[in-house]
Amino acid sequence: MKVLQELGGMFVFFLQGVALVFSFPLQLRKFLEQIYFIGVKSVFVILLVGLFAGMVLGLQGYYTLVKFGSEGVLGGVVALSIIRELGPVLTAIMVIGRAGSAMAAEIGIMRITEQIDALYTMAINPVRYLFSPRIVAALVCFPLLTALFDVIGIIGGYLTGVVLLGINSGIYMSRLENLVGLTDVMGGFYKSIAFGIVVVTICCYQGFYVHTRKEGFGAKGVSLATTSAVVMSSVLVLITDYVLTSFLL
Amino acid sequence: MTMNTPLIQFQNVSKRFGDKVVLDNVDLSIYPGEVTSLVGMSGSGKSVTLKLIIGLLKPDKGDILFNGKPVREMNSRERKEMKLLVNFMFQNNALFDSMNVFDNIALPLSEKGRVSREEIKTRVADKVELLDLQDTMEKYPSQISGGMQKRVALARALVNDPQVVLFDEPTTGLDPTRKNSVLSMITHNQKDFGFTAVLVSHDVPDVFYISNRVAIIEEGKIIYQGAPEELEQSDHELVHEFINSQSSLENEVMGLENPRGLDTTYRYAANNGELGNRFVAVLYTVQNFSRIQEIVGILMAHNIIATLSRILNNHISGESIILGRCSDDRILCILSESDMDRAKNMVSNISEDLQSQDFLRQSKYIKKCMDFSITAGIVEGSPDHSLYDLIEKAGNQEKELVRLRCGDQQE
Repeated sequence: MKVLQELGGMFVFFLQGVALVFSFPLQLRKFLEQIYFIGVKSVFVILLVGLFAGMVLGLQGYYTLVKFGSEGVLGGVVALSIIRELGPVLTAIMVIGRAGSAMAAEIGIMRITEQIDALYTMAINPVRYLFSPRIVAALVCFPLLTALFDVIGIIGGYLTGVVLLGINSGIYMSRLENLVGLTDVMGGFYKSIAFGIVVVTICCYQGFYVHTRKEGFGAKGVSLATTSAVVMSSVLVLITDYVLTSFLL
Repeated sequence: MTMNTPLIQFQNVSKRFGDKVVLDNVDLSIYPGEVTSLVGMSGSGKSVTLKLIIGLLKPDKGDILFNGKPVREMNSRERKEMKLLVNFMFQNNALFDSMNVFDNIALPLSEKGRVSREEIKTRVADKVELLDLQDTMEKYPSQISGGMQKRVALARALVNDPQVVLFDEPTTGLDPTRKNSVLSMITHNQKDFGFTAVLVSHDVPDVFYISNRVAIIEEGKIIYQGAPEELEQSDHELVHEFINSQSSLENEVMGLENPRGLDTTYRYAANNGELGNRFVAVLYTVQNFSRIQEIVGILMAHNIIATLSRILNNHISGESIILGRCSDDRILCILSESDMDRAKNMVSNISEDLQSQDFLRQSKYIKKCMDFSITAGIVEGSPDHSLYDLIEKAGNQEKELVRLRCGDQQE
């Protein structure tokens, strides 16, 4: 019951945030700041994680496929699993760790030090001020970061498959081209958009309502809010992933 | 001063948190252009009252009227317009700690989008100059002192020229010099800009000097509201406790009754026969007391009264007496079922003790010295005398016990 209530609260919070995106004056500067924070600053981590995820997939895929004598399809296998599954999910998880926890903590501290009340007293809608730019930035950044992850992951698979284990480079690429369709790529992007919404809504919500927690006040409340923001958004990303996958297949 | 319709009016407002009733059927009027102070003990519901005005909290019962219109019935546009007219200065300043001072002050303007960058700069610069914050523009709130943070918060509250400013304990936790400067800053700015100020404070009686109206809140009820000088005339017990809190601390430290308490105790004891048919009253007076306060200092004056009261307490221990301060410079001691001889004996013992006190040595006064003497007047009384009569009679019988002459070379 409590969980349902909280999910309902988050949904309302999300709707408010989205509606307030379109209120004037548009908050272009804050929107760009958030793109920088969520997107640009995550690029390096995403590249690193994407590269190694692709490399591991190449390695594992090779040793499995070679048992069936079909190591030639490695390019397709790596690309498909990254584009459809690993890319969006791992990107979301990395952004939760990098930006989501920071959002929950920052907004939570603003709440306990009455800065959110101060916004309210200045007739500045705190949801609009704090949440709306972040949700827009997430909608822009998540698909782009996912695309980056996909590309670097495929390159990682290429590195292990072709450069290290000696699969023919032409076969790797042609299999990749044969097996991956536009629907796969689009499916991955749909997922990443959904994850972006889930992650930013949960992380901002946890920070924003830190004062309503029954257990833990002040600094401890913020730490608990950050923890539950990370745990909850990670779990919900995977649940959403399952639901979306079953629809998209 | 306009006394027509209240700008903000509480009608039977109640607010509770869980089981705790914080405000109980409160009626409160705040008039335009005035400084209204809300005073009361901690936890009496003062801050909640302010938060109800600004809309951070909503009343459980009753109505809050702004310009005669209930806030509850306003649509979101009217509410927003009202909020733009009312600013709030938080107890802990609530500055945005990840923005520098300039951005903090500019935020109420820059978020509106209707003010140009140039105008924001000039308007911020105006307030900054007024509050002497020029050197802090690039700094962050955590890099400046507490007093400066207060001034930044005030600048932020004033930058969009509001009609009403609500101050939540602006002086709490400041040292006395800063406290005075914050209060005078509020009153000067209030006069210059003509906004309506609502002030929550513990600083009685300081805050009365800058207020046009005072409301005293006690356990969620308003026990008094009106002009501070009317307050002084009022009979309410708690009201007096508040006004006299300064001297009552001094008296409490010394174990003396307050003037008002002394009167009550005396009347009670006289009516209930606790004083017997006849008793003796001794009035000790520190002559020239106000000059000592003025010239030598209030702490020395306090020292003299405190020493006198300690000696009195030593000599009367175990006896049934009433001991209290009937004015700044006078202590009255009533010895029940006693006679003149015993009282005279006691006074001469006290006089001996006083002789050896430090404050009679000229060497104690390095820079400023003031002649003074301590006198005692003894009278017999009976329960049908009023306290006032006793004091007056005893005052006519004063005899000198000790004296300090600043010109003398004696040790």
